[in-house]
Amino acid sequence: MSSATEKRYADDGGSVLTTRVDQMVNWLLNWGRANSVWFLLFGLACCAIELMQTGGPRADFERFGTAPRPSPRASDLIIVAGTLTYKMALRVKRLYDQMAAPKYVISMGSCSNCGGLFQYAYSVCKGVDQIIPVDVYVPGCPPRPEALLEGMLKIQQQIKAEKFLQARYGVA
Amino acid sequence: MTPQEIFDKLAARFGAAVSDFHADAKDPWCIVRAEALLEAASWLRDEPEMRFDFLQNLTGVDYPKEGKIAVVYHLFSYPNRHAFQFKVMADRQDPLVPSLYPIWRVAGWHERECYDLLGVFFDGHPDLRRLLLPDDWVGHPLRKDYAEAEHYHGIPTTRPNPIDLFQVSKKGAAS
Repeated sequence: MSSATEKRYADDGGSVLTTRVDQMVNWLLNWGRANSVWFLLFGLACCAIELMQTGGPRADFERFGTAPRPSPRASDLIIVAGTLTYKMALRVKRLYDQMAAPKYVISMGSCSNCGGLFQYAYSVCKGVDQIIPVDVYVPGCPPRPEALLEGMLKIQQQIKAEKFLQARYGVA
Repeated sequence: MTPQEIFDKLAARFGAAVSDFHADAKDPWCIVRAEALLEAASWLRDEPEMRFDFLQNLTGVDYPKEGKIAVVYHLFSYPNRHAFQFKVMADRQDPLVPSLYPIWRVAGWHERECYDLLGVFFDGHPDLRRLLLPDDWVGHPLRKDYAEAEHYHGIPTTRPNPIDLFQVSKKGAAS
């Protein structure tokens, strides 16, 4: 908390009500963001098949409020699903740069975690974390839809733990 | 027609330009000299007995000890139901082979791939660019002496083994 804010709070007697309103607004924002994580419809290799399966009726990705978006500008989350070649790595970087903050990254499968099966190939990038920051790694080759769902729930936990107002305005 | 008969007719037509027939290989093949390649290929396509209307595959093999790169052609004839293979040996330092694009259009992409991965230049190809790798890639990775670059656009091309990292941290903790 900045000293200016501390002074303001000290002046009006450590307003308990304001703090609670902040927390409630914060909770409301996080609740809304966590339950409408729109992800970029973007697949690279066989993990994309499991990604589609996760969106199917059995796993039903959308019951958590996620929806695939065709544009990075409308997305909050990018799921890097599959083998990332150097040729594609530059495109992934560009897509990530086009997304509006706050943005999250799931690295899905061994290939995008570390290069996986193809990590000794000359053309394969050794992990998507070498170009963009990753929030959740989902292991597996490919991960089952349940695993990706758990990765999604981890992203929701992360969003719910964020103190959005504090970070932006420096209030409690 | 059997591959032996095809080779005999080819040798009768082109003489010393075709040689080294390997009849016992799984895909019997012979060597065609690069100078006679265009003529031999168009003869194989147009001769009524041959009618090789399909270039099944075109690829390359690197032989660093011999200083050669072999470009391998797989042909198939739908009308006559027979197949034949031949190789063209190119110098490894300056591999230059006539393009077969005028004869079989499918050679266009195959030759681009062969250029991309092995660095073979195809004389007369209308658009000899890389096919699979990015345009700014350095080197031709299917050459036996290809050394991977350490970075590509600032992305490191190696990743430390996590087991090694774990052992280092254990050592560090013990000392």
